[in-house]
Amino acid sequence: MWKYLLKRFLLMFPTLLGVAVLIFFLMRVVPGDVVEIRMSGDRGAVSEEILQQERVRFGLDRPVWEQFLTWLWGAVRLDFGTSMWTGAPIGEEIKLRFALSMQVAIMATLVAVLLAIPLGVISALKQDTWVDYVVRVFSIAGLATPSFWLGIVFILLLLIVFKWLPPMVYTPFWVDPWQNFLQLIWPALAVGYRYSAVATRMTRSAMLEVLREDYIRTARAKGLIEKLVLSRHALKNAMLPVLAVVALEFAFLLGGLVVTEQVFNLNGLGLLFVQAVAQRDYTLIQALVLIVSGFFIVVNFAVDILYAWLDPRIRFR
Amino acid sequence: MRRYAGLLTLILAVALAAPPARAQEKPRYGGELIFAVPSQPPSYDAHQEETFGVIHPVAPHYNTLLRVEPFDRTGTKPVGDLAESWTIAKDGLTYTFKIRRGVKFHDGSDMTSRDIKASYDKIIFPPPGLKSSRRTTYQAVEAVEAPDPYTVRFRLKWPESSFLLNLASPWNFIYKADILAKDMRWYERNVMGTGPFTFVEYVKGSHWVGKKNPNYWDKGKPYLDGYRALFISSSSAQVAAVRGERAHIQFRGFTPADRDSLKQALGDKITVQESPWDCVLMVAMNHTRKPFDDKRVRRALTLALDRYEASKNLSRIAIVRDVAGIQVPGTPWATPPAELEKLAGYSRDIGKSRAEAKRLLREAGVPDGFAFTFKNRGIPQPYEPIGIWLIDQWRQIGLNVKQEIVEASAYHPMLKRGDFEVAMDFACGFIVEPDLDLGRFVTSSDANYGKHQDKVIDELYQKQARAVDAEERRKYLRALEKRLLDEEVHVMYTLQWNRIIPHSSKVKGWTITPAHYLNNMLDTVWLSE
Repeated sequence: MWKYLLKRFLLMFPTLLGVAVLIFFLMRVVPGDVVEIRMSGDRGAVSEEILQQERVRFGLDRPVWEQFLTWLWGAVRLDFGTSMWTGAPIGEEIKLRFALSMQVAIMATLVAVLLAIPLGVISALKQDTWVDYVVRVFSIAGLATPSFWLGIVFILLLLIVFKWLPPMVYTPFWVDPWQNFLQLIWPALAVGYRYSAVATRMTRSAMLEVLREDYIRTARAKGLIEKLVLSRHALKNAMLPVLAVVALEFAFLLGGLVVTEQVFNLNGLGLLFVQAVAQRDYTLIQALVLIVSGFFIVVNFAVDILYAWLDPRIRFR
Repeated sequence: MRRYAGLLTLILAVALAAPPARAQEKPRYGGELIFAVPSQPPSYDAHQEETFGVIHPVAPHYNTLLRVEPFDRTGTKPVGDLAESWTIAKDGLTYTFKIRRGVKFHDGSDMTSRDIKASYDKIIFPPPGLKSSRRTTYQAVEAVEAPDPYTVRFRLKWPESSFLLNLASPWNFIYKADILAKDMRWYERNVMGTGPFTFVEYVKGSHWVGKKNPNYWDKGKPYLDGYRALFISSSSAQVAAVRGERAHIQFRGFTPADRDSLKQALGDKITVQESPWDCVLMVAMNHTRKPFDDKRVRRALTLALDRYEASKNLSRIAIVRDVAGIQVPGTPWATPPAELEKLAGYSRDIGKSRAEAKRLLREAGVPDGFAFTFKNRGIPQPYEPIGIWLIDQWRQIGLNVKQEIVEASAYHPMLKRGDFEVAMDFACGFIVEPDLDLGRFVTSSDANYGKHQDKVIDELYQKQARAVDAEERRKYLRALEKRLLDEEVHVMYTLQWNRIIPHSSKVKGWTITPAHYLNNMLDTVWLSE
């Protein structure tokens, strides 16, 4: 198993390097220039002299390969430089947004898991009964409903029915847990519902498959009570594909909630990402892509470890 | 000399006149004004930035030498801010300002003429490598001097009619000389001014907070205990914030639909202020591409537009309204409607105009159904509705126009490269002033995207800029307008933007102006409950 884990761990580095190379050069190919966009402002015109002055300040006048190597050397030392838009250190730009996005991702995952696993299991156990049909309709509706749309519905309902709107400024959990909850529960519910739909369907189909396995029949034949058959033998094995889905969705949520963040005015990584792309803030985009892909890779690695723990076939390979 | 004396008298009268008496309620002290800001400050140094995302949250921390009178709806009357009074030499080449005494920076130190000189030196004569966005608008300045702690003198190379108003620029925050002497970039990441509010915190992407300056020099002000700027990029979230009473106001502007929905939902709790906006979408025609090098073709394009009908219809769905010439309607240099109607494309007889347009196209050898590409900016308001309207209008004179939407970030490089036949161009001003608004039409301007070369325009621009007699200046402006929009049709104006601010009725003491960069010091603003 250690060899398996070591191999997975070492694979993380070439993947990150590939991402770094790709995003660096991709951004240079896309039309538009951070200096020009920033300097144009609302006025719409700026002299070439000022533009050149700024390009020199950001090192954009140097050869691309030199810019890349400088940036890569910084990234290796976890120094991502400063934002070309604000001039602030990248860490400062990302810190608060990362905390917010991570909290929304965790809350949405909790909502999804708390809904998906019981519903998926019940749906599988009560296959083709009205209970199953209700759960299936609920989950298909979740798949068909974009989370941002659900977010808009939440906001309109809160505004029209309760004449109330969730707070628009992020308050960290440790500062005021209640304000924090009031702001983040709505996006967590909106995102968590769609997320739970994916996981519910996966849980249901995995459970149905596992329940037909020989070892389940054996467990029942040896007189094990149904509760233990389900929890110890069926659910644990059915969780393997569910775990992969939940983990990937969780990693996606970190930087992928762009529209939902706009709807709820959440100061998260998704919105920062879009702003950075619109502003062609190269250093910020590069750092964000590396961080989000690094997060994806770490989550994948964690799933690999969990797989090894859950599935003895991997453990003893 | 007599004409300078006349100008001097006029300016002094404006400067010394008390603000007009306003029948209004007695201001109430206390409360925190919460406002939404659709953009975020790249840095905090207004001398080098271009976005209102800096002005809206940061301006309350600073004073400027002059400011635009906060209750003047035209946004064109300069009054003293840190300057108590001023005089202008008869030759129009020396402006001398007496500075208020007892003004303190937020760190408790005294503000003197040295600070004003250092700030203006940074703006007008920045050291190498330091950006100053509006430096070119002060080309007439030869030197800024501080002969004593409470006098500042500007010496000009030539008289400039816009100079005084340009000193009321909301971008020209007065910084502390000692700080600038140590680090010219300090103000990019820090705040320390003399303004009515002191800095509390800025959480990136989230909010900016200021609190009342208890030692503010203008005794009795500000009325608010503080303010909180919420950065909200989505327009629907901004509307929701006002509707849900999470924000009192957003100072840039909303769409007509947003205004109507807020008014419908909140009734009297919402007050709407509207003004012509010093922003306009223009059509740039590339003079280096055929057939747009032919002024008959350009004239035909402007003759096709029924601006008056568009004003009625588009103002319901887009942030545009007035039919205007080169200056914002209702401001001192605006074109009188009767004169405007004489310009090509501004006649009320659209049938006649379009017949003339078709004749000109035939004469220029442009066949019926001639196709060209119109490049528009990928921003919904008001680019999309105006773009669709233009295409429809041009189709009515037999032109076949394909619209190409250029992503907002790639739009300016496209204009600068001249990579277009016909394209949407835009301009927004911070004060309605011909020098500031029309400089873009001079041949050598960086914003001359159509690449026209016109010495007559260049001369008229210079003459109007240096004319100190108002009538003389008006004459040059009308001539410039006729040349630009009628005789040569180097560009064409569409409709003047319309600024719509629906805000909580609790907000008092704030008056809309044509520029969303003005009136953001918040010293006069108060909350009724």
